[in-house]
Amino acid sequence: MSLSVKHLLGIKDLAKEDIQTIFSTADNFKQVLQRPIKKVPSLRDTTVANIFFENSTRTRISFELAEKRLSADSVNFSAAGSSVSKGETLIDTVNNILSMKVDMVVMRHSASGAPHFLSQHIDASIINAGDGTNEHPTQALLDAFSMREKLGDLKGKKIAIIGDILHSRVALSNIYCLQKLGAEVLVAGPPTLIPKHIEALGVAYTYDVKKALAWCEVANVLRIQLERQNKPLFSSLREYALYYGINKDMLDSIQRDILIMHPGPINRGVELSSDAADSKQSIILNQVENGVAIRMAAIYLLSGKAIIE
Amino acid sequence: MKTLFTHEQLTITIQRLAHQLVEQIEAFEDVVIIGIQPRGIHLSDRVVKAIQAIVPCQKIQYGQLDTTFYRDDVHQNNSIHIPSATSIDYNLEGKQIILIDDVLHTGRTIRAAMDALIDFGRPKHVSLMVLIDRRFSRELPIQPDFVGQSVDTMYSQKVKVQWDEHNQDHKVLLLD
Repeated sequence: MSLSVKHLLGIKDLAKEDIQTIFSTADNFKQVLQRPIKKVPSLRDTTVANIFFENSTRTRISFELAEKRLSADSVNFSAAGSSVSKGETLIDTVNNILSMKVDMVVMRHSASGAPHFLSQHIDASIINAGDGTNEHPTQALLDAFSMREKLGDLKGKKIAIIGDILHSRVALSNIYCLQKLGAEVLVAGPPTLIPKHIEALGVAYTYDVKKALAWCEVANVLRIQLERQNKPLFSSLREYALYYGINKDMLDSIQRDILIMHPGPINRGVELSSDAADSKQSIILNQVENGVAIRMAAIYLLSGKAIIE
Repeated sequence: MKTLFTHEQLTITIQRLAHQLVEQIEAFEDVVIIGIQPRGIHLSDRVVKAIQAIVPCQKIQYGQLDTTFYRDDVHQNNSIHIPSATSIDYNLEGKQIILIDDVLHTGRTIRAAMDALIDFGRPKHVSLMVLIDRRFSRELPIQPDFVGQSVDTMYSQKVKVQWDEHNQDHKVLLLD
């Protein structure tokens, strides 16, 4: 058995069975991570290059740890301080790294579709660690995995995605992933940050964050991505926090406990107040913990295909 | 397809294996019985149950071990192996381990199991119990300590233990 894909470019290409295979494999890796020796020798014969053209803390450390826990060798590359600044193209850069006998590439890039483009030109398996405003598949997998851990089967569960939907690759991957698992998805945020025709994806939308909170069982709160907004889409951060930010009082006003998630990094006091982010309902650090197990599963499952084909 | 052992034969064999263990082990305090996932646990479940029936006052420590991540053929078959659950809630430091699997063939699974075990601590002693020992097919220097039945087979043949969940119709098949 293995995944139906050679690369993990987006959740869009995955079958429901693929997602479930990744989850059941990640369950096992999560158990490995709780042992005194948190390491297995499976991928001693595999080398992974982590190629990051954009900044990252969690994703990068998480991938690197996942590789180490699988006994794979890893090399790290970041665009800053590399020959990219001398004008080397993406394919040249990656082919040069691959010619040093690298079996797999984990890539983050600010251009949507960059890993898809690369997958047509190289043989190694590629894991997309975020491409522009398109997808961030491992984040969606670890989000759904964390929800599943708390709620069980996600079929019929109500999940709200709140914040900057327009610029968020996490939102798009989450929508695909949750829908494939049978959950109902609602997106919420200011009108300027909700893409037009989002209902074509089969999700509902609202501009009222309180309504979304009252409806959902899980609120996945997203960061306002100022770095991707080249024109003003709301008047000020203070106004955003007032009308669309989530705080503990709002959570307390709902009669039941909903789960609060955030892919990080949090703009504390903007989309999420500190008392809400650090409340008992928040599973933000569980998400980070699960990230390593999910990435171990993705790397492990894709490593087979990469070497055989 | 040929039936090597019938349900009645297997039931007696499992009882014998349980008795052999009880005969050799005075106190089960420092013993951990570990079934190897996925197929070995069918046998280990039944052996543990049989031991419990023989020595009801002793507490048996029992766990399951998956060897997938320790295999030496991760990248040799056309697809990658999907793991089963490992559940070992005991510190294995200084313990006497009884590994249990259904069929011993090349010995590679047991090699992987021993590597996996060591990651849970340094056991004092590890021994191996198998239901079927396929003699003369070993690729590694590994021999069982407790054997249900020995069979002589060709490398191309397959030996499959079919477990019946209602405990009515277990059998061992030889497939060509």
